[in-house]
Amino acid sequence: MLRSKTTWLLVGKRLGIALITLVIVSFAVFFATGLLPGDVAEIMLGQAATPEAVAGLREAMGLDRPALLRFLGWLGGLLTGDLGTSYVNKVEIADLIAGRLANSLRLAGIVTVICVPLALSLGIAAAMWRGTLLDRMVSVLTISVISVPEFMVATLAVLIFAVWLDWLPALSYGVNVDSIGAMLRAYAMPVISLSFVVSAQMIRMTRAAVIETINTPYVEMALLKGASRPRMVLIHALPNALGPIANAVALSLSYLVGGVIIVETVFNYPGVAKLMVDAVSTRDLPLIQSCAMIFCISYLSLTTLADMIAILSNPRLRN
Amino acid sequence: MTESPLVSVRDLRIGAVTDAGRKVEIIRGVSFDIAPGEILALIGESGSGKTTIALSLMGHARSGCSIDGGNIRVGTHDVTAMSEAGRAGLRGTEVSYVPQSAAAAFNPSKRIMDQVIEITAIHKLMPRTEAESRARTLFRALALPDPDHIGQRYPHQVSGGQLQRLSAAMALIGDPRLVIFDEPTTALDVTTQIEVLRAFRSVMEKTGMSGVYVSHDLAVVAQIADRIVVLKEGEIQEVGTTKQILNAPAHPYTRELLAAFEPVPHVPAGIGEEVERKPILEVRGLSAGYGAIRNGEPVAKVLKNVNFRLERGRNLGVIGESGSGKSTLARAIAGILPAYRGSVHLDDRKLEPALHARSKEDLRRAQIVFQLADTALNPAHSVGAIIARPLTFYHGLRGAKCDARVAELLDMVHLPAALRHRLPSELSGGQKQRVNLARALAAEPELILCDEITSALDTVVAAAILELLKELQRELGLSYMFISHDLSTVEAICDDVLVMYKGEVVEALPVARMSAEAAHPYSRLLISSVPQLDTGWLSGLEQDPELVAAFAHR
Amino acid sequence: MSISSKTSRPLRLPTPRRMGYAFSWTGRIGLAVILFWAVIAVIGQWIAPYPPGDLVGFDYFGPISPEFWMGTDYLGRDILSRILMGARYTVGIALAAVTLAVAIGVILGMVAAVIGGWFDTLLSRLLDAFNGIPSLLFGLVVVAAVGSSIPVLILTLTAIYMPGSYRFARALAVNINTMDFVTVARARGEGTIYLITREIFPNILGPVLADLGLRFVFIVLVLSGLSFLGLGVQPPNADWGALVRENIEGLSLGAPAVIFPSIAIASLTISVNMFIDNLPTKIRDRSD
Repeated sequence: MLRSKTTWLLVGKRLGIALITLVIVSFAVFFATGLLPGDVAEIMLGQAATPEAVAGLREAMGLDRPALLRFLGWLGGLLTGDLGTSYVNKVEIADLIAGRLANSLRLAGIVTVICVPLALSLGIAAAMWRGTLLDRMVSVLTISVISVPEFMVATLAVLIFAVWLDWLPALSYGVNVDSIGAMLRAYAMPVISLSFVVSAQMIRMTRAAVIETINTPYVEMALLKGASRPRMVLIHALPNALGPIANAVALSLSYLVGGVIIVETVFNYPGVAKLMVDAVSTRDLPLIQSCAMIFCISYLSLTTLADMIAILSNPRLRN
Repeated sequence: MTESPLVSVRDLRIGAVTDAGRKVEIIRGVSFDIAPGEILALIGESGSGKTTIALSLMGHARSGCSIDGGNIRVGTHDVTAMSEAGRAGLRGTEVSYVPQSAAAAFNPSKRIMDQVIEITAIHKLMPRTEAESRARTLFRALALPDPDHIGQRYPHQVSGGQLQRLSAAMALIGDPRLVIFDEPTTALDVTTQIEVLRAFRSVMEKTGMSGVYVSHDLAVVAQIADRIVVLKEGEIQEVGTTKQILNAPAHPYTRELLAAFEPVPHVPAGIGEEVERKPILEVRGLSAGYGAIRNGEPVAKVLKNVNFRLERGRNLGVIGESGSGKSTLARAIAGILPAYRGSVHLDDRKLEPALHARSKEDLRRAQIVFQLADTALNPAHSVGAIIARPLTFYHGLRGAKCDARVAELLDMVHLPAALRHRLPSELSGGQKQRVNLARALAAEPELILCDEITSALDTVVAAAILELLKELQRELGLSYMFISHDLSTVEAICDDVLVMYKGEVVEALPVARMSAEAAHPYSRLLISSVPQLDTGWLSGLEQDPELVAAFAHR
Repeated sequence: MSISSKTSRPLRLPTPRRMGYAFSWTGRIGLAVILFWAVIAVIGQWIAPYPPGDLVGFDYFGPISPEFWMGTDYLGRDILSRILMGARYTVGIALAAVTLAVAIGVILGMVAAVIGGWFDTLLSRLLDAFNGIPSLLFGLVVVAAVGSSIPVLILTLTAIYMPGSYRFARALAVNINTMDFVTVARARGEGTIYLITREIFPNILGPVLADLGLRFVFIVLVLSGLSFLGLGVQPPNADWGALVRENIEGLSLGAPAVIFPSIAIASLTISVNMFIDNLPTKIRDRSD
């Protein structure tokens, strides 16, 4: 399909906005963490530190430089992959994160692969047979899941699968992953919990997107041509709902970011989110900043992707 | 009648559930027949149930509506007793549908050809190649340009008039026995309407199919229908042949409908006085447009160098089709869209181009009234509050004095004073437009800019509003600038007329001489395109094809 | 085609409440539960059977019993009393934050829609950028930086949800702003404040209230999430999220101490969603 010049202009504009947003976000992350009451150096050295020692550490850490300079330095570091060192255990942050990031991405990847087909078929089916028992059951289930905090979905999963049914281990951490079976068992709980959270959103948005297209005159026209309900939905409504649906998928996947923080904590899963929550409790600022940026970037990429799909799928902009 | 009818409808009753959850009967015991090859028109105003009846012939009721009683037979099929799957089998093959807005009824993401021949695919009528060649034959019969390739385009790549004809091809492809036309030309400009009507008529004559033509416009129906059913509020008022309905209407309601068509020639105020009148409004070299400003000019220029004078106590009509810039002219004069060049003079005082720079007094003297009374009245305010605001704003009236004046204004527009406590959503279209006028009058203006204020109303209601405008003019000495796409409306109320085309005034002359003396080819085309209440009008109409090609956007 | 205008307009007093603002039974149940928790948030302190901080049971993770209707927690405190008291934190903080967020968002949104121009562009861009931060993460970072206290929680949650409210209100106001009745008011010479308060605000109020409900749910969820991570309401006080965290150890025992606070959260959020979902469409989507 050919796209017109305006479409690419809009896409470019959206990318530009994403870039600006990223700068503003990193600014916010840097300065929000900089709000820490008390001096980092004092905190690190403890109550008994001499003023000289604190001053020395401040200079060593570059804390005496103006904030803006520190921000630019930090931003430059981010761009070149130099994330600094952890305050707490003096390890390169890049090394700390690398393995954890792979774990988190694996979790997110598995959830995506399971959720997208499942949620799309359920959402479309619910829209196609709107008002039927299936639709109502799906609606009740999804509204229940999005109404409760992620940790409740996770604890409920533990309660059902680990405590009552005793099928799966409650924690992922420390489980042997030698065999495929063991690995499946280890991932099952976090994946199930996250899948519920993400699919619920995706189903609702997909259903809404399809229903909106069903309520158009051209779908009524298809009805008046004698088309069956599945034909109306699959041939007429769906192609026009593809943009909104893809948009819904990308947006729902951004819920992974929030969900993963809770789920990794509940299941003690060794991912970036767990690392960050631990860093928050030890107030390890550089680590918090880096983890926060990872989350912001993934979130921003997904929402930007969603918007770009919406732009590209607008039939009025087609050449 | 020797033949048995193709369609017979007996005591049809259709119910609807209102927003408040109440059940009301919107079609109350309607019965009629359609003979094979006959075209029957369903005529009525909004709310008469004409579209609802037409759709019920396909066994379809829109959401919230349901067929509650009676019997519909099409051919040998009892539509009312059929299952939904059975009805689906009927649609497209026995009965097919031409929608009001083809632009909305075509799926934007599919090629036209695929949609036109879809009926043959759904009902497995013929192989694809055969269906496509049939479609091309229909395209030719409907006088579509480039019939061999137009099917390869997407709906947004062809014009509105063409889409409307393509939707007829879509309806005819399955060789139905009955075709339903649901106000198929209402959304089109008059110059476009002619071509579409002609195409419909010739193709229906050739195929010998029966048709149902739903419309509110008697003049359009007169050109195509054999018989007419007059509907009002879900009941049949009168049934008769087209000639009988037009020439010898029996029912008072039919006579009322016809009367609204009678041209009421406007008698200009103070005719014969040869005094030099001062202009209330003068526009010099006005240019306006939308979009980003480059070199002091907007990117999309709509109005180009418009000049005119409107004398006090007289009325100026501005006529043109969609995109002619006539509404933009009203907005530029009111300052809502500041003109980038030229000037507006109210009573010899030059007005600032932009609204916020004008004085309260200047704003008070010229009021603007919009087309859609629905959106022009704040749904959250009562009628009383809506009319009271300009009283407080311009004249500082409050309390009992203000209330008394509101009652007075309601009386001026012939609305009961008790209506002041109502919300706009509880009023009919005509009542809303009267409130709209009362609000403008509350400012005690000298000039009222009327932007298509009767276009969204039924003919009878519109005629009453025009009558009211004339009455107000006599009493208050107002001047109107009256914008419309409808020549007969302008003739009914205006002294002078401007014909606009693509943002320019192409002709300006007194209304009385318009039909006879209009010189510009576009004016002539426009005048000749207005349908007449005469069954032979379309057949006898001859328009210069070159003129049509040059000006009508078909 | 519209229904015959005469038959659908029975004579009745033209108050907005009478224009079909009827609620379905699911909506009514939702409303009842919301009101129940609102009342508890105010009077919970006085009807709690035990002081919420006192160790009253001899057993930790005690079962449901006639003395302790919802069992006891990991220290032997009465869960029912702690839930009644927790309502104050969960409902109170969420309500304060949502009110602030929506009030600021709606006012800014309407002003931006009416004034337009660079003010609108700048504000929209800036707040959209704020939307680019995942909400829980934002809470984490701020709490990590300044520590957790109730005012900090309220302001953080406000900051998280204000941009969304702005965006929503602005979109609605932009729609209304193009309506002819606003153009008429503008052509009359009315000022910005009149346009915002009299012409626009009454027409976006319904959807804004519905949006406020949804945002309230999100705030309850994020607040509970933060408390669950130990970054929300700090001991000895506890909102419902913190109650779940305190007693998470009891999960493997299937203790009521972890189940009942969860039920409390779910009952509130599901009720709000049920209520909003069953609002008459008239109130919910004026934006269409």
